[in-house]
Amino acid sequence: MILLFLILIPLVSGLLSFVIQSEQVKSLAIVSSLATMVVSIILAFVFQNETAFLEIPWLQGMGASFALKAGGISIFMALLTGIVYFILFISRLQVKLPNLNRYIGLLLLTQAGLMGVFLAHDFLLFYFFWELALIPMYFLASQWGDENRVKVTFKFFVYTFLGSLFMLAGLIYLYLQANQSFQYEHILAAANQLDASTQQWMFWLVFIAFAIKMPLFPFHTWQPDAYETTETSSTIVLSALMVKMGLFAVIKWLLPLFPEGTAYWSSTVIVLSLIGIIYASLIAFVQKDIKRVIAYSSIAHIALMNLGLFMNTESAIDGVMYQMFNHGITVTGLWLLMSIIENKYKTRNMSQMGGMAKLAPTASIFLVILAFSNVGLPLTHSFIGEFMIFNGIMQSAFDNHILFMVLAGSGIILSAMYMLRLVQKVAYGKVPKQVESYVEAKDISTPEWIGLGLVLLIVIVGGIYPNVFMQVFL
Amino acid sequence: MKPLIAAAVFGVLMMFASLNVKEKRNLSNFANILFLILLGINIWEFVEVYKHGASIEAFKGMIIYSPLSVWFNTLIVALSLFYSLYNARGIERVGVHVGEYYSLIFFMLVGAHLLSVYNHVLILFLGIEIISIPQYILAGADKRNLKSSEASLKYFLMGAFSTGITLMGLTLLFGGTGTFELNAMDFSEWNYMMLTGVIFLLISFGFKVSAAPMHIWTPDVYDGAPTAFAGFMATVVKASIFMAFVNIFIHFYELKDVWQALIAIVIVLTLLIGNITAVYQQSVKRMLAYSSIAQSGFMLFAVYASDAIAVKGIVLYAIAYTLATLMLFGVLSHMKDQTYDGFNGLSKKEPFVAFALTIALLSLTGIPLTAGFFAKFYMLQAAFNTGIDYTLYLVLFALLMSTVSVYYYFRLIWAMYFKIGNPILNFEISKAQKAILALGLVLIIVVGIYPDVLFFFL
Repeated sequence: MILLFLILIPLVSGLLSFVIQSEQVKSLAIVSSLATMVVSIILAFVFQNETAFLEIPWLQGMGASFALKAGGISIFMALLTGIVYFILFISRLQVKLPNLNRYIGLLLLTQAGLMGVFLAHDFLLFYFFWELALIPMYFLASQWGDENRVKVTFKFFVYTFLGSLFMLAGLIYLYLQANQSFQYEHILAAANQLDASTQQWMFWLVFIAFAIKMPLFPFHTWQPDAYETTETSSTIVLSALMVKMGLFAVIKWLLPLFPEGTAYWSSTVIVLSLIGIIYASLIAFVQKDIKRVIAYSSIAHIALMNLGLFMNTESAIDGVMYQMFNHGITVTGLWLLMSIIENKYKTRNMSQMGGMAKLAPTASIFLVILAFSNVGLPLTHSFIGEFMIFNGIMQSAFDNHILFMVLAGSGIILSAMYMLRLVQKVAYGKVPKQVESYVEAKDISTPEWIGLGLVLLIVIVGGIYPNVFMQVFL
Repeated sequence: MKPLIAAAVFGVLMMFASLNVKEKRNLSNFANILFLILLGINIWEFVEVYKHGASIEAFKGMIIYSPLSVWFNTLIVALSLFYSLYNARGIERVGVHVGEYYSLIFFMLVGAHLLSVYNHVLILFLGIEIISIPQYILAGADKRNLKSSEASLKYFLMGAFSTGITLMGLTLLFGGTGTFELNAMDFSEWNYMMLTGVIFLLISFGFKVSAAPMHIWTPDVYDGAPTAFAGFMATVVKASIFMAFVNIFIHFYELKDVWQALIAIVIVLTLLIGNITAVYQQSVKRMLAYSSIAQSGFMLFAVYASDAIAVKGIVLYAIAYTLATLMLFGVLSHMKDQTYDGFNGLSKKEPFVAFALTIALLSLTGIPLTAGFFAKFYMLQAAFNTGIDYTLYLVLFALLMSTVSVYYYFRLIWAMYFKIGNPILNFEISKAQKAILALGLVLIIVVGIYPDVLFFFL
């Protein structure tokens, strides 16, 4: 029952916000996201590692049912979704947007879709939610944001939709192999019985959808533009949660379904991930736009996680699971800060910024700590996650694992370079002359303080005593 | 049998009514009542067949009523009711002979009925002709418009040509098998005569459902015909012909080695031409014409597979495609400017209409939670079921083309929501019409969540 709440609360409140007045919708969003977060915390820390299961008959004639199952990584991702949405709503309480009730409604519908993706235990249901999360996102990103948002969002939509359709072809094929059943166990058994060559092409049919969502090099071209143009809340949902759908799907669906296909293609995917790490980090280093720095840094981090998934060692996969959560939290804080900085300087161009440490000392402290977390410095939770991933890479059976280690490790060094460059340009130095006249000396507001404070709390607690969170999935 | 008689009688009734009733509005209301009665009679017939359990033969086996075929016919009549309820005002605006337009639509339903229950190929031929001839007239109903007359003539000439091919195909089929009854045809020992017959039928049906390369008439006819009638031709008529198409090819199953490869080529061409050309259209009406070609490409998968799932799939596809396309054509008939720009800013002026159209477009694209998703799903499932090795490439190609379709469907959403403008309507969208759009919207979502609702009796 508790699983159903995770989907129903955002779904119902999302639909509700289309009909109520703009002022009340804020309290609705807070209450709804708080309720969802509490439910996800109960699920994560009270149920611990027990599996919760729910099955409601749906399309019996087709062999599909409304089956939800939570255990391990599913619970962890549901927890992340709950927390990020709460932080998002609480810290952006004072933001003024046109048609606010529609905006919040679409955000909540996306949340319902995300929860469904993380909990679905039926292939058809999974596909349903996969798309359900995408459609409100399309409208969110097209209606609120920068000028050329419509085109950029359309590119994003076509990319992901194409991926989903390939997955649909794979889904139908597996469905027929499993004697017309969509149940996870049946699909799993049927997929495992496929011969090696079938698994090899099925692997790509399914993986392409996930790779586009992550996004893995060379499917990443939609991402920087989309992150740059969308409104901050949509960006947070996209980069903290939606890209995790791809990684999550690899863990829950791809790896168990096609062990032989994975073994065959691992080295290809690893090479793509390594290219992604180096390439995205280098590009992040030369960006002038602060949002694009975070966008490319995100590609590099996701590529590292994807690398870990294909290492076939327990430590790496555990590390990736923890790092998925960490990245979601850290990047939420970073996007919030980017929007604060943008509002302060009325530009996103780094070279026209400076001196924020004097103008807004609190925001600068948050920026420094979150930048460190993004780099993966000790005492922040990213350190633990990345350490485990590297540990896993070292243990892996690949001949070239030392090389993988060196290349992936250089990603960390590069990330320190571009993050410190960002911090230096924004927080230190003098306020440039051309922006002096209109720069606001105001520090962050109370709601933002609460949101960023929560982020910081998780970053530090997770860095010092990671078992608090890791017990959820270990 | 009852719905067949009723539809013919109602057609005649409408002719007399048009003599005695002067007010156009009254004629529309009368027609709508007749549609409702016809629907009732269809349901009555369905209940009887359903209770009887097995199929019922009529006319010494020339017609066979099975629960599925009567159910399909009931759905067709229900969709016609949906169509006429929304488009009543559009039809009244076409010309002065409103009663006759309705009368022709009733005659088309006679044809649709025959097409879903035939067993004797003569009945099939009658059905095709009865459903086609009124279309030639309706396409030219707007007499003052040259494009309308052109559409009518073009359609008639091409239609007459395809009729010839149909007849030739049926004759060859008789020559090859020695019988006109589909049930009695024996294809276990094949000869060239029956093969040629089957291929001729493939061509003539391909013409009727606008499958490439027999699709050339479609855009001009739909564009030239009055919008209110183009909607009916593109949806209800097409759905019934597809049902007949699938039903006859199920009987040809033993010859599938020959025609399956041909249909695969036709599918590729249809999807390619339909989708790619639709991208370049500026007029929404022409886009819908090419979209109907593209959707035909997907429906052809049912013919390609020709099995039980395909029949279920075509029922589902017919509902999904017809509902969404009727909604689009319905709203289009209000627009003064029928290009994409004419829709700019519709969401500000008519928020609900824009929302309903968005759901309809999502359904045509095949997004989950809408009927269109399961329609496509059944088609692909049926295709995979054939087990032919190149099916995978065919399916992947279809999905790729489906991605192309996102462009022209979403362009309309784009215009309605993200562009600024003030759309000019020829006549207001009334509250009743909005209620009908709401009904369509609910049906699309209900079928999208629980498609089994259409097959409750199986």
